[in-house]
Amino acid sequence: MSATGLAHPADVSEQVLAAADRPCIAIVEDTHEVDVRFANNTVTTDGVRTDRRVTAILAEPAGSPAQPGRAGVARRSGKIDVEALVGEAAAAIGPADDAAPLVEGGADRAFGDDAAVTGLERLASIVSGLAGAFARAEASRTVLSGFAEHRVTTTYLATSTGLRRRHVQPTGALQVVGRRDGASAWAGVGTPDFLDVELDSLEETVRRGLGWASRHVDVDPGRHEVVLPPSAVADLMMFLVEAASGRESEDGRTVFSRAGGGTRLGESLTPLPFDLWSDPAEPRLECEPFLATSASSADVSVFDNGLELGRTEWLGQGRLARLRYHRAGARRSDATPGAPIDNLLLGLPGATGTLEDLVATTERGLLLTCLWYIREVDPRTLLLTGLTRDGVYVVEDGKVTGATSNFRFNESPVDVLARATHVSEPVRTYGREGGTWMNRTAMPALRVPDWNMSTASQAV
Amino acid sequence: MDGPVDGDVLAEVTDAALGAAATAGASHAAVRIERVRTQIVVLRDGRLETAIDDTEVGCGVQLVRSGSFGFAGSVAVGAAPAAALVRDAVEAARITRPARSRGVTLADEPAHGRVEWSSPFVRDPVEVPLSEKVELLADWSGRLMAAPGIDHVTAYVMAVREEKYFADLSGTVVLQRRVRIHPQIEALSVTDDGDFEEMRTVAPPVGRGWEYVGGDGWDFDAELAQLPVLLAEKLGAPSVDAGTYDLVVDPTNLWLTIHESIGHATELDRAMGYEAAFAGTSFATPDRLGSLRYGSEVMHVVGDRTTEHGLATVAVDDEGVAAQSFDIVRDGILTGYQLDRAIASSQGIGRSNGCAFADSPLHVPIQRMANVSLQPAAGDGPSTEELISGVDRGIYIVGDKSWSIDMQRYNFQFTGQRFYAVRDGRLAGQVRDVAYQATTTEFWGAMEAVGGASTYLLAGAFNCGKGQPEQVAAVSHGCPSVLVRGVRVLNTRREAGR
Repeated sequence: MSATGLAHPADVSEQVLAAADRPCIAIVEDTHEVDVRFANNTVTTDGVRTDRRVTAILAEPAGSPAQPGRAGVARRSGKIDVEALVGEAAAAIGPADDAAPLVEGGADRAFGDDAAVTGLERLASIVSGLAGAFARAEASRTVLSGFAEHRVTTTYLATSTGLRRRHVQPTGALQVVGRRDGASAWAGVGTPDFLDVELDSLEETVRRGLGWASRHVDVDPGRHEVVLPPSAVADLMMFLVEAASGRESEDGRTVFSRAGGGTRLGESLTPLPFDLWSDPAEPRLECEPFLATSASSADVSVFDNGLELGRTEWLGQGRLARLRYHRAGARRSDATPGAPIDNLLLGLPGATGTLEDLVATTERGLLLTCLWYIREVDPRTLLLTGLTRDGVYVVEDGKVTGATSNFRFNESPVDVLARATHVSEPVRTYGREGGTWMNRTAMPALRVPDWNMSTASQAV
Repeated sequence: MDGPVDGDVLAEVTDAALGAAATAGASHAAVRIERVRTQIVVLRDGRLETAIDDTEVGCGVQLVRSGSFGFAGSVAVGAAPAAALVRDAVEAARITRPARSRGVTLADEPAHGRVEWSSPFVRDPVEVPLSEKVELLADWSGRLMAAPGIDHVTAYVMAVREEKYFADLSGTVVLQRRVRIHPQIEALSVTDDGDFEEMRTVAPPVGRGWEYVGGDGWDFDAELAQLPVLLAEKLGAPSVDAGTYDLVVDPTNLWLTIHESIGHATELDRAMGYEAAFAGTSFATPDRLGSLRYGSEVMHVVGDRTTEHGLATVAVDDEGVAAQSFDIVRDGILTGYQLDRAIASSQGIGRSNGCAFADSPLHVPIQRMANVSLQPAAGDGPSTEELISGVDRGIYIVGDKSWSIDMQRYNFQFTGQRFYAVRDGRLAGQVRDVAYQATTTEFWGAMEAVGGASTYLLAGAFNCGKGQPEQVAAVSHGCPSVLVRGVRVLNTRREAGR
C-alpha cells in the first residue's frame, strides 16, 4: 500500500484476473506528472498529479465459426473495487469481430517493481532559470510564454494466458515562445528526462527568430519554395500515419485506398526512397515495446494486448509498406498486422546535412518555423489546411534576409513527400501541434517547391 | 442528490483539505471531487467495433499562498490523500513564487452557501445498457445500409455523466450533475473509379439524456431517411467554381464559425496573452472593448452559462462563481469578454462572469467558453428560404466538417457536409469540394441578415481544446441561419493541385 492508499499495481492486475471467470486482460497504468506554465513573463499555473487507470478486459476468442469471439471492457481510475470493475466488463460483453487468441508469453522480471515517479524537482533547472529569462526578456521588450511538463507512466499488463509485462515511459517537453514588435518565435523540444534540455538554448533560438523578424519583407500568397524544419515535417507525418488504417483504406475512404477496391500497399508514393517508421527500441525515443490498449477500433484490438512491437516501416524506399491492422483484420485481409507505436521517424537513406545546410543552398524561398491548427480538408487526397506560426523567414541566396507574414496553407503530406527535392539528416524534434500526442519524433528538414500558401494571415 | 463519492468522504476530504490549506496560510483554497463517466460506442457496418466505458474519480486542490498559485490532483480520494495534495500544492506555489513577477489575486465572489443542481434529463444516458445502445445504432445502420449506393456506415454515440463537488474557504459548497449525449452516423459511398464522398448526420450534441435519440429535441428518423438521397446527390454533384459567393449559412454549420471566430476570440485570457504559447491570442484586445466593430449591426452575441440543454451550462462554475448571462457583441460592437476570477482581477474587473472549468479533477480550472450564441432577428424574422431568396449567385452551406483558424482568430477556413448552389434566389442542386475562407471581422461585417427564431438551433461540440496540459470542454452555440455577402470560396480539389 502506497502513501496514496492505492494497492501495488501488480497486485491490482492479479486481483482483476482472479475476479474474472473467463479469459481476461488487466491493464494498470500509474502516471505521475508535473508541469509549470508561464506567460507574459511570469509563471501562471503549475500542477502535481497522480493518476491510476485500471482496465479489465474479458476477451473470449472465437471457439468455432458458430461461436464467435466476444469481449467486454470497463475502465476506472483510482482505488478500484475490483469485483465491481470486472462486473462492469461482464455486463458489457458483446460480439467482437476483432477476436483473436490472447497473446502468450512470460513475465517481465520487473513486473513486481513499484511504479516510477516524477516530481517538481525534475523541472527545477527550468523553473530556477525562468526568473532570469523573464528579466532578459523584459530588458529586450520581449514577452515570453511557454510550458514545461514531465510525466512518467508505468504500465502493468497481465493476461490469463500468463503474460506479465511492465514498462516505464517517461515523457517530457519544454516549449518557449517569444513575442516582440509584432513578431513571434518558438522553440520546443521533447525529452525523456530533461537532462538534455537547457532553457538558455531555447531562449537563444527564440532570440534568433525575433532578430530575423526585425526586417519585414512583403510576400504575396501563392506557390512558394519552402524549407520545412523538422517540427513542421513531424506534424505533417503524423497525419500521414493516422490515415494509414488498413480497414479504412479497404473501405475506400483514405488516400491509401485503391480505385476499384483494396489498398495501395506496395505502391510507390514518392520518387525519393523515403523510409517512415516506428521502432520502440530507437535510442532516446524508446517507447512501449508491447501493445497496451483499453479499447478496440478499426485497426487496434483489445485482443492484441501484450503483442510484441518492433520496427515497423510505414513507408519503405518510398513505397507504402504497411497499414495498421489488428491481427484479426490482417488475417481477413491477408495482410501483415501493424499496431500503433508511440514514436515516428522519417529519413532518406544517405541524406546528410542540416536545416541550416538546406537554407544555405536555397536561392529564394521561405523558411518556416512550425505549423498550426492543421486539419484534414479532403480525405481523398489527404489535403490538410493549417497556418504557419512563429516566424516565416525569407531566404535569398542562402541567407535569411527578413521575415514575412504568416500564411494559411493547403497541402497534402503525401504530395509534400512526393515533391520534396532536398532532405537533411533526421534529428529529434517536437511537433508544435502534434507533440502533445506524439512526443517522440525524429525528422529531417525538407525543401519543397510550389508549396501552396492559400492566403495571408494577419496573425502573429 | 448523490455526490461523486459518499457524503461522509466528501465531508472528511473537505475538512482535511481546507483545514490544511488554512493552516498553511492560503488566502484562497478550493477542493473539487469529481466522478466523470464517459462512454463511447462505435458500430461499423452494423457491427460493434468500439465500446469504451471509462470512469474517472479524483480530487483536486487549488490554493493561493503568498501571492503564488499551487495545484495538485490525485485519483486517491480521502482525508489523508487530501492533506498530501495540500502539501504538494503549497510546495508548487513555493517553488514557482520566485518566477512570478506578479502576485495572484482573485476577483471577489460572494459565498453561495450550499447549492445543488442537475442538468435536465429524463433518462441518464450512461445508465442505458450497452446492448440497448448497440441495438439502436444497429437499427440506424441497417436503415442506411439497405439504401442503394451506400457502401459503408459508421454509427457512434458518446455519453457523459459528470458529477462535481466543490467547496472553498468562503463557504460555498456545490454539488452538480450534468449529462450530455452525441449520437452521430456517417454514410460512405464509393464509385468504381475510387471517388468517394461521406455524409453524416448534423444532429448536434446536447445536454440531454437518452430521450434525445428517441426524438426529444431532434428528428433522427427524418434525417436518416434523407441521408442516402443527399449523399447520392453530393457524389454526383459538379465541383464548385472557386470565386466569391454570397453565403447562406445554416446553423448546423455556423455554430462552428461562431465557436472559432467569436467564442475563442473573446476569451480574455487569450486576449491578454495567457494562451500565447499554445491556443493563441486574439485580435480582439482589451483596448478595443467598446469600439471594435466585430460585425454588422445585426450581430448580437451573448455568452451564457444558463442556456437550457447547453453543454457549458452550470449553476456554479469551478471557481465558485454563479452562472451568468452577458453580452459579448451588441449591434456589431465588442462589448464583453469571458472571464475567470484571476483574469477578471488582473484587469480590475470586479467580478468574474463564471467561465472557469476543469475537465478533470486532476486539472486546474481555467477560463473556458460559455455557451456563446448569435441571437436571431427580433419578431418573426426571415426564414432560411427567405434569406436564400435574396441571393443571385451563392451557396447554402449545411453541416460542419473541416475547420481551421489562425492563432489570433483572424483567418479561417471551413468546409461542410452539404453545399447547395443558389441561383436567382433558389436552390439549384448540390456542388462539391467547397471551402470558405475569410477574415473574422470581414465575414461578420458582411453579414447582411440573420434569420428569425424559427431558424435558430442550439448546436455545439464535445471536443473544444485549450490550455496546457490540454483540457477538453463541451460547449454549445445557438444561432439562426444567416446571409453573408461576398465570401471567398475555394475548390478543395484545385487546392490539392488536382
